[in-house]
Amino acid sequence: MSALIGVRGLTMAYGDFVLMRDLDFDIERGDVFVIMGGSGCGKSTLLRHLIGLKEPAAGSIHYGDVDFTNADQTRRDEILRNVGVLFQSGALYSSLTLAENVSLPIEEYLPELSRDEVREVASLKLSLVGLAGFEDYYPSQISGGMKKRAGLARALALDPEVLCIDEPSAGLDPISSKLLDELILELSESLGTTIVIVTHELASIFDIATTSVFLDVESRTMTALGPPKELRDHSPDPAVRAFLNRGDEGGHTA
Amino acid sequence: MIVALSGDWVLQGGIPDATPVLRELDQAESREIGYRSEELGAWGSGLLTFLLRIAEAARRGTVGEDRSGLPEGVRGMLRLAEAVPEKAGATRSEEEALPLTRIGLTTIEASKDVLATLTFIGQTTVAFGRFLVGRASYRRADFWIAVEQAGVEAMPIVALVSFLMGVILAFVGAIQLQQFGAAIYVADLVGIAMVRDVSALMTGIVMAGRSGAAYAAEIGSMQVNEEVDALTTIGVSPVEFLVLPRVLALVLMMPLLTVYSDFVSILGGLFVGVTMLDQSFSAYANQTLNAVSLTHFLPGILKGTTYGVIVAMAGCLRGLQSGRSSLAVGAAATSAVVTAIVLIIAAAGVFSVLSYILGI
Repeated sequence: MSALIGVRGLTMAYGDFVLMRDLDFDIERGDVFVIMGGSGCGKSTLLRHLIGLKEPAAGSIHYGDVDFTNADQTRRDEILRNVGVLFQSGALYSSLTLAENVSLPIEEYLPELSRDEVREVASLKLSLVGLAGFEDYYPSQISGGMKKRAGLARALALDPEVLCIDEPSAGLDPISSKLLDELILELSESLGTTIVIVTHELASIFDIATTSVFLDVESRTMTALGPPKELRDHSPDPAVRAFLNRGDEGGHTA
Repeated sequence: MIVALSGDWVLQGGIPDATPVLRELDQAESREIGYRSEELGAWGSGLLTFLLRIAEAARRGTVGEDRSGLPEGVRGMLRLAEAVPEKAGATRSEEEALPLTRIGLTTIEASKDVLATLTFIGQTTVAFGRFLVGRASYRRADFWIAVEQAGVEAMPIVALVSFLMGVILAFVGAIQLQQFGAAIYVADLVGIAMVRDVSALMTGIVMAGRSGAAYAAEIGSMQVNEEVDALTTIGVSPVEFLVLPRVLALVLMMPLLTVYSDFVSILGGLFVGVTMLDQSFSAYANQTLNAVSLTHFLPGILKGTTYGVIVAMAGCLRGLQSGRSSLAVGAAATSAVVTAIVLIIAAAGVFSVLSYILGI
């Protein structure tokens, strides 16, 4: 059986400017897959490719046996229904309350549910991320960390198979960010959700990732693939070891 | 009491009704509820919602719950859902205010708004003073961009509106004046009405919709991105940096646009006069030149300039007052246009009364 998400010879570019070329890797069911790399290397862009917000300059992305890149819009929507996305700042709709934000995808895809049922599911999702009781708050009335968790609740609304998260710890204090990591792990273990995370937060990477890909700014391609702890200690590429050891090249400690 | 779960429990099928279980629970002798899940297939939010309903009822009826029969994943999710208790006081209920309370609150709001407006006018005046002595910190490029946007780029729409206003006035006048053979006075009507009042008014309203809304949206988005705060922290006054170039640009462009509008609207009247009313080009032009004097022309320019100040100030004020969400930016733009149009009409009224008293 083929991998859940397959990236085949992907080249990402903005116009003539090639960001990354020849990306080739698989994300297996149940993985916590981390996309890492220095600032500006195209981590978030890769995530945007995976969810169809940007088109590859070359190569393709497969979901199971389906060629996502060359699929038509209906087929894409079917696939994306099973993908939840948490954007960097939460991307909540400011004109809707938290409950309405979470309800939106549910109403869209499951019109057979009654109003009360949708509301109940939305409450469940909010309580999963520790926001029980905040149903009728507007995004502008809650803190940044809460927005992020509310965004996570919305991403989880449809019980997705894949959860994509862009910089979960950006703008969070270490404790909140640790709690969010634990929440993500709990979701992955309990629901079997496959998780794709963009981050450069080392603590987070070692805590939760089962496998990872390293995008190198210099060579404009991926230079490492595998469990991050293994890469830290045994990668043949000094740049990868340096990144995972906070610049302390070749260090086998920590 | 044991609840046996079987089959797929996913949201697509809707959420099963928990009432039968709850009724059983009420009648059952046993004080504990347990689960069996050997035949449980796929599960998702549907199952969790169902189980939480039962848990809620069990708590209320002080019935014990034994979850050991549930799959590990389900127990994990339930634990998570119940980990953070509903925050006391977090749940909101909109309190219905008494009419008198509401009147009071509205009055307090309104007085705050007046105060904020006065403060803003004061700040802008100070910024203008600093500009006059050459000490205002703003970028010359911003000013010229504002001039281009509010001036050159506004010309097509101002031309269209003015030409049609000229045409409309000419038709309205022609129908009345032709009845007693005074059709030539259409030129007087169009010329004086447009040059004294209508050109400035129409240009002002067009600019309120065009530039005023744009200013509010621009500055409002800058509020959302904390750009305005960033200006303050580096010691640059947002009023000087953002408001001054925009107000200056409109103050400079509005008189020019008003003159332009005067000219185009007279052309509109001329077009009707020549093509529909059988007047000669030179007769119409002469009649207009004799009718329109400097005492009509200068008040028009003054009005246009005033409306320009109103539009720019309303746009910038509403932008600076904008909240920090995409919704608030839309509200700021709307409010800028409404404020500008209301003030323009009010000012037009004041001008009319003044010129009547002064006899010009």
